[in-house]
Amino acid sequence: MSETVKNTNECVLRFENVSLSFDQTKALDRISFHVDAGETRVILGASGSGKTMLLKTAIGLVEPDEGRVVLLGEEIVHRKERELFPLRARVGVLFQEGGLFDSLTVEDNVAYPLENTLTESERPDPAHIYDRVVETLRFVELEETLEKFPNELSGGMRRRVGIARAVVTEPALVLYDSPTAGLDPITANTIMALVAKNRDSQNTASLIVTHRYQDGQLMANFRYNPQRGQLERLQHEPAPQRAATTEFSSGSTKKTETRTIFMVLNEGRLAFEGSQSELESCTDTYVRNFVRR
Amino acid sequence: MLDFLKPPVAELQDFFALAGRALKNIFRAPHYWDDVAIQMDVIGVGSLPIVILTGFFSGLVITMQMSRALAVYGATGQVGPIVMITLVRELGPVLTALLVAGRNASGIASELGSMKVTEQIDAMRALGTDPIKKLVTPRLIATCIMLPQLTIVADFLGMVGGYIISYFSLHLTGAQYWTPAYQALEYNDLVQGLLKPFVFAFIISLVGCFYGMKTSGGTQGVGRATTQAVVVASVWIFVITALITRVFVNL
Repeated sequence: MSETVKNTNECVLRFENVSLSFDQTKALDRISFHVDAGETRVILGASGSGKTMLLKTAIGLVEPDEGRVVLLGEEIVHRKERELFPLRARVGVLFQEGGLFDSLTVEDNVAYPLENTLTESERPDPAHIYDRVVETLRFVELEETLEKFPNELSGGMRRRVGIARAVVTEPALVLYDSPTAGLDPITANTIMALVAKNRDSQNTASLIVTHRYQDGQLMANFRYNPQRGQLERLQHEPAPQRAATTEFSSGSTKKTETRTIFMVLNEGRLAFEGSQSELESCTDTYVRNFVRR
Repeated sequence: MLDFLKPPVAELQDFFALAGRALKNIFRAPHYWDDVAIQMDVIGVGSLPIVILTGFFSGLVITMQMSRALAVYGATGQVGPIVMITLVRELGPVLTALLVAGRNASGIASELGSMKVTEQIDAMRALGTDPIKKLVTPRLIATCIMLPQLTIVADFLGMVGGYIISYFSLHLTGAQYWTPAYQALEYNDLVQGLLKPFVFAFIISLVGCFYGMKTSGGTQGVGRATTQAVVVASVWIFVITALITRVFVNL
């Protein structure tokens, strides 16, 4: 599925001068960036800085006032919602509170994208759906909760089911809206480990909205080792991979093992874009608020 | 100056937009037949006991009331046709629709409303399914199929209720009650008796879905949506039945 997108260095999501406002307040102000296949973007920002709106705009749940959004090679602004559904089916989304269907069991929640969103030809036959669901739930280490309802689970477990549902179709791009919000540090680390695990085992592009710098740090410096089944710290400090400008020449710049780029949003504007070391050496006072050493 | 008219007109426009999309989706793949079947069970089979009870007792009561008036003219033998016409034309469809509105328009509104306030509708859209197609259209189809059938059940049970009173209290035989009743029934009565529940089905399901889908403001909003759905659906049922009757009376 989506092999063509995953294996090339194609751009999976591009924002060009996107602006969005609600009753005079600008939620997004001329935002431009792009996410390449297999790349990780960590978006930091205070609450109300437009992080969630950015994710909603990325999959066309909210239509921007100006600018272009290109998702998986297709322009999505001013498109009929009906035409966006097949495109959205190729993107995984984890909602802030998990966004699970509370009247469906965990099994049905995870099976939902397989049963409902894929087109007839892509849909696995019913006998395989169960296997795929169990396999994905095993990935988030929750295979024993199949028959439970979301409200019988703890907050962290719900978030893990949400991740399972987001990645069950093996999408080329996964959007995570505050995956660790409201969780204790231990559970938060488990969740981020799963996010990294999915990224490294599927080579998925990830867009992670968070207010915890540690989440980004983990994404940038750790890598999932499938042999040992756990996260490992990368040996070298990742070199600055690209300048803070928007031009990106993938051939000439030196690649680090995890391509993680940080973005900081401030009241709808992009206050910073660059690698971890650039972020840590940034002198902007707003940006510095998010960096902890 | 006419600003006070804007919100209701805008609401009506939104309602028709939703109705249009729900109708279009009936003819557009993918179809969620599983959801249609589930809703048919919830709306049809679930409403059956209350519809049976109401139909039976309304027939019983009309017969008792009518028998007293008819006794004045010595025409108690005519009770069958009167009960039949009243039930088939008006009371059967309207009572059934009001019950289903109270039971299912509220159920639909609170279910979709809770999904809306907990962002499950957005989650559905984000996962690539059209909430109108997945939630509204199956409820519309299910109500349109089940409500006329429930009405037929209510009509029949009402006649049975009438027969029980006629037999025990008016001492009519089966033939004296059923034969004139059956003969009194015209094609016109049947058509309006089945057209009404079909139209009411649109009102009940779409009003329920409309208020559910536009719910805002948390748990309180869900409560408000539920109440509004029942009130608005009931009022429209009365308005539409008057309009349809007006058309058929002249035919």
